Amino acid sequence: MTQTAPDARPMLELAGIDKSFTGVHALKGVDFRLLPGEVHALMGQNGAGKSTLIKVMTGVHPPDRGQILLDGAPIHPASPLDAQRLGISTVYQEVNLCPNLSVAENIFIGRYPMKGPAIDWKTMRAQAAQILAGLNIHADVGLQLASCSVAMQQMVAIARATSVSCKILILDEPTSSLDEDEVRMLFAVIRGLRDKGLAILFVTHFLDQTYEIADRITVLRNGERVGEYPVAELPKLALVTKMIGREIRETSFRRNRAEAAEVPKEPFLEARGIGRQGSVHPMDLDIRRGEVLGLGGLLGSGRTETARLLFGIDRVDRGSMRIAGEEAAIASPRDAVQRGIGFCPEDRKVEGVVSELSVRENIVLALQSKRGLFRVLPRRRQEAIAAEYIQALGIKVADMEKPVSELSGGNQQKVLLARWLATDPQMLILDEPTRGIDVGAKLEIMEQMLALCRKGMAILFTSSELEEIVNCSDRIAILRDRRKIDEVPAASTDEQAILHVIAGGQAQ
Amino acid sequence: MRRWVARAARHPLLWPLITLVLLCVFNAFFSPGFLHLEVRGDHLYGSIVDIFNRAAPLMLIALGMTLVIATRGIDISVGAVVAISAAIAAVLIGGTLVIKDGVPEYVARIPMPLALLAALGAALACGMWNGMLVARIGMQPIIATLILMVAGRGIAQLITNGQIITIYYQPFFFIGNGFLFGIPFSLYVVAAVLAALLVATRRTALGVFIAAVGINPTASRFAGLNARAIMFWMYAFCGLCAGIAGLIICSNVKSADGNNAGLLLELDAILAVTLGGTSLGGGRFSIVGSIIGALIIQTLTYTIYSIGVPPEVNLVVKSIVVFLVMLLQSPTFRAKVFRAGAPAKS
Amino acid sequence: MTAMPKFNLRYLPLAVTVSLFAVMFGLGSFFYAGFFSLQVFFNLLIDNAFLFIVAIGMTFVILSGGIDLSVGSVVALTTMVSASLVEQHHWNPCAVIALVLVMGSGFGFAMGCLIRFFDLQPFIVTLAGMFLARGLCYLISIDSISITAPFYEGISQYRIPIAGDNAISVGVVIALALLAAAIFLAHFTRFGRTVYAIGGNEQSAVLMGLAVGRTKILIYTFSGFCSALAGVVFTFYMLSGYGLHAQGMELDAIAAVVIGGTLLTGGVGYVAGTVFGVLILGVIQTLIMFDGSLSSWWTKIVIGLLLFVFCLMQRLFETRASKREGGFSAFAWLGRNPARAKP
Repeated sequence: MTQTAPDARPMLELAGIDKSFTGVHALKGVDFRLLPGEVHALMGQNGAGKSTLIKVMTGVHPPDRGQILLDGAPIHPASPLDAQRLGISTVYQEVNLCPNLSVAENIFIGRYPMKGPAIDWKTMRAQAAQILAGLNIHADVGLQLASCSVAMQQMVAIARATSVSCKILILDEPTSSLDEDEVRMLFAVIRGLRDKGLAILFVTHFLDQTYEIADRITVLRNGERVGEYPVAELPKLALVTKMIGREIRETSFRRNRAEAAEVPKEPFLEARGIGRQGSVHPMDLDIRRGEVLGLGGLLGSGRTETARLLFGIDRVDRGSMRIAGEEAAIASPRDAVQRGIGFCPEDRKVEGVVSELSVRENIVLALQSKRGLFRVLPRRRQEAIAAEYIQALGIKVADMEKPVSELSGGNQQKVLLARWLATDPQMLILDEPTRGIDVGAKLEIMEQMLALCRKGMAILFTSSELEEIVNCSDRIAILRDRRKIDEVPAASTDEQAILHVIAGGQAQ
Repeated sequence: MRRWVARAARHPLLWPLITLVLLCVFNAFFSPGFLHLEVRGDHLYGSIVDIFNRAAPLMLIALGMTLVIATRGIDISVGAVVAISAAIAAVLIGGTLVIKDGVPEYVARIPMPLALLAALGAALACGMWNGMLVARIGMQPIIATLILMVAGRGIAQLITNGQIITIYYQPFFFIGNGFLFGIPFSLYVVAAVLAALLVATRRTALGVFIAAVGINPTASRFAGLNARAIMFWMYAFCGLCAGIAGLIICSNVKSADGNNAGLLLELDAILAVTLGGTSLGGGRFSIVGSIIGALIIQTLTYTIYSIGVPPEVNLVVKSIVVFLVMLLQSPTFRAKVFRAGAPAKS
Repeated sequence: MTAMPKFNLRYLPLAVTVSLFAVMFGLGSFFYAGFFSLQVFFNLLIDNAFLFIVAIGMTFVILSGGIDLSVGSVVALTTMVSASLVEQHHWNPCAVIALVLVMGSGFGFAMGCLIRFFDLQPFIVTLAGMFLARGLCYLISIDSISITAPFYEGISQYRIPIAGDNAISVGVVIALALLAAAIFLAHFTRFGRTVYAIGGNEQSAVLMGLAVGRTKILIYTFSGFCSALAGVVFTFYMLSGYGLHAQGMELDAIAAVVIGGTLLTGGVGYVAGTVFGVLILGVIQTLIMFDGSLSSWWTKIVIGLLLFVFCLMQRLFETRASKREGGFSAFAWLGRNPARAKP
């Protein structure tokens, strides 16, 4: 890691940035410095102002007050395009390219090499291949982007960003849908660019990745800058403390195992050889009442696919399932709901909340659908149920008639949890319930989960953070390449051991 | 009091109602007989009755369309379905002249109830076809219904053999022209459908289910709703509504024209639904709003006729109304025009 | 197709369209005497020149993920204005043509602005535009105005001989010129590529710094221009102006674009495909005409059927694509989920 002298002249400097949206003071006098040849991590909880700050830099929102200096000269980017012209490029979490166009065109669209009045396709393809080769990527640039992997798409986005006269590259959550190999590949590219003197701003939720790649860290909290630190001088615990603004004992939740073993563990769901062509290979799974079964594995190992199969979103095409001792076929989410299963999906916005409906309606939705069209819950009952769960789960909302979309990510996740708890389920499937929400809410959700478990509920839990799985589960089913390769009791294992199983399997 | 006013000001039906009332006030001012109602014979007569009566088919179709739009769809085939339903009824009923006891009388080709059932059945089948394409196969609604919009006119002409079929059978005329207890019969039909819908969406969970499916079909499915079935039946219902409207239109003009029956009706229906405050983006919907929307359109037509403007202007006025309404409904427009920079929340 | 080692799946819809046309034309030649001739083919072009022009404009609109329902009525309005100005006000025909082209473009421009600046749905804006243009026709006259001006009659009857006795009309020449320009526009200009990008992912297009707003306005302006041009050709063809002209032409145009293999969700398709889409519509009519025993309404039914088949095919492609990306989604058409695109 190159340690840049802290007094080097910043490539980009923001001074006293203020930004308000209707009633929300998103940034309060934020200072920020980005040096050439460094990877700088911007850390903060949800709502800390990270994305607003990025949007100010890239010209999406003009700041209300304050100055942006690029190489010492004040700039006023009016749009992302304007910022790009000034040398500030951004690669977003969801790859913002056009899937219907070719790789080459995605790199060059908007600034084609021209031959007279026409686009010079041949030169463009050649140059695109050259740019990718510069990043050590060799691919067919004529390929349609949609047929490339997400990682490749990300590389194309970076290639696009860096092929303009780019001085500053902003990477907004670039790793959230990549697996480890791909992250390694991405980091290699980032390091290469850094060594060329680019200033790179890296935004992520993953602490480990921050420590792996970043040189310096700026922490934001509630729209204010907490501080700017060289990575080496800021231990993880200190970072988290600064992010959430209060002392916490540890960065993650640890389960008290002593109290876990009291409830008798009869199986709720027994799956034998269930699988689906093109989705997951046949596997056996037992999910017991009062127990958390963790699904561990790398991204793409089939965690979400397994969850979808159990909930009937994708139909099982082989094997059999018994639920509470009875033979059961689950052909749709409806069947699963009728059998007392609930499912909190990974993608809250697309698959979870119904945004324009109120918090109350979102909470009672599953219960009402379980009861069917005609057994309507009276309004009073609905309100009582909603109020009960708002209180029990600590959902922060002033009025339950507010649209659920006005809530923060963590609170939306709790609304989803409330939706299923209202149906009095026997089993809950929680697919990445902690993804993309801040540390505080994460802990609360995991505590809720274990409390439910103590009451005898069966829980299937998946997370991309192995640590969480180890800490919360009773047993862990380990997946790799869409196949269950092992099952271990959580008490006698740790992250390393699981990684070992995954890696060991690979060696075979 | 103040809170009550504030709540009323935010009520979704406020603007449609104001529009309708303004139109009526305008009419009352410019054509003195507008508000006049009288009982002639045992029938109620008057401009308002007339407007209601003429709006009946549009109200019916708007009701069906509201639910389809609420599920994020659109049905542009309703005009063609009107033509099909009318064509079937006309062909099956027709009317043959027979001399009965020395009195000439027209009789239906097949019993009228059967003929009506056949027409409605066909309309329902059309709706189910649309529903299948959208909900099962997953086509874009506008294109799925475009298929029937194009082919449906052909089918209607096929049924009528390209002719305009005139109906002579007297009892059939009652549907579109008859009076029951002094009020046009068609209004009872509208009232029945409206009442059924209100009960279905307010007394059952259908209303919230439809809104949920319209806002986020995937999330609704994951919450255990049968989103596809809900979409499917909304299209089926819309087809049925168009079928009933077809019967009323057919009975009203005593003939069926495969080419022109219900022409551009889909556009009026969509306009009625938007005027009533239902967003074309799906989600929240207002059934009563659509009825008001249909009445606005009919009153507007009436106004144009009554103030002596040539009827050709009708289309131009309608289009200007559409432009105005969609601009007023657009949050962007409101933000840009009414309060630059202020929140665009309503 | 096995002979081609790397047949790009992207061209499959186009290939299907082209082969369908060939098969239909072949069947016609087989069953009906006099069908297989260059002039029958030329007549396809002559009788559908205006539809070609409208459909080319519509292709750009649909490629961008939008729709333009106003095209038919803009064609009618153009015929009406032309007829009225030439016959009743005795304007110079060239000035009239220039004026209507500007008028049509302006009409599209205005609609494009509404869509762009107020985030309105193209569907509803162009629907209102459709009402407006038809209404304006009736404001000029309710009746048909026939054109007797020598300039129009001359062009209408003029035939450009090609290959012996065969000939094409001026309208066809205009259509072919526009086609060439449109292909260039779509594949070799910034504007064209931006149209594809918007259709692929509008949000991305904005973030990539493309002039999305301006392009959107231009798309509808271009479509308006095409409609007006088609109106001019239609005036040559019909020699009259009438408010009921070109009724339902928007549907024919959309059908032609879809049958031509353009994805309704935008981003995928070719102008050349649209040409074959129009040809297929034309050949259906010709077949029915040659048959003589079939009534004209079969045209509509067959077009509906074709639309159905092609939409079904598009759906199958999409489903296959989403399956390849792992995980079947019944709601793939509502939006792609890039996070799940990794096997």
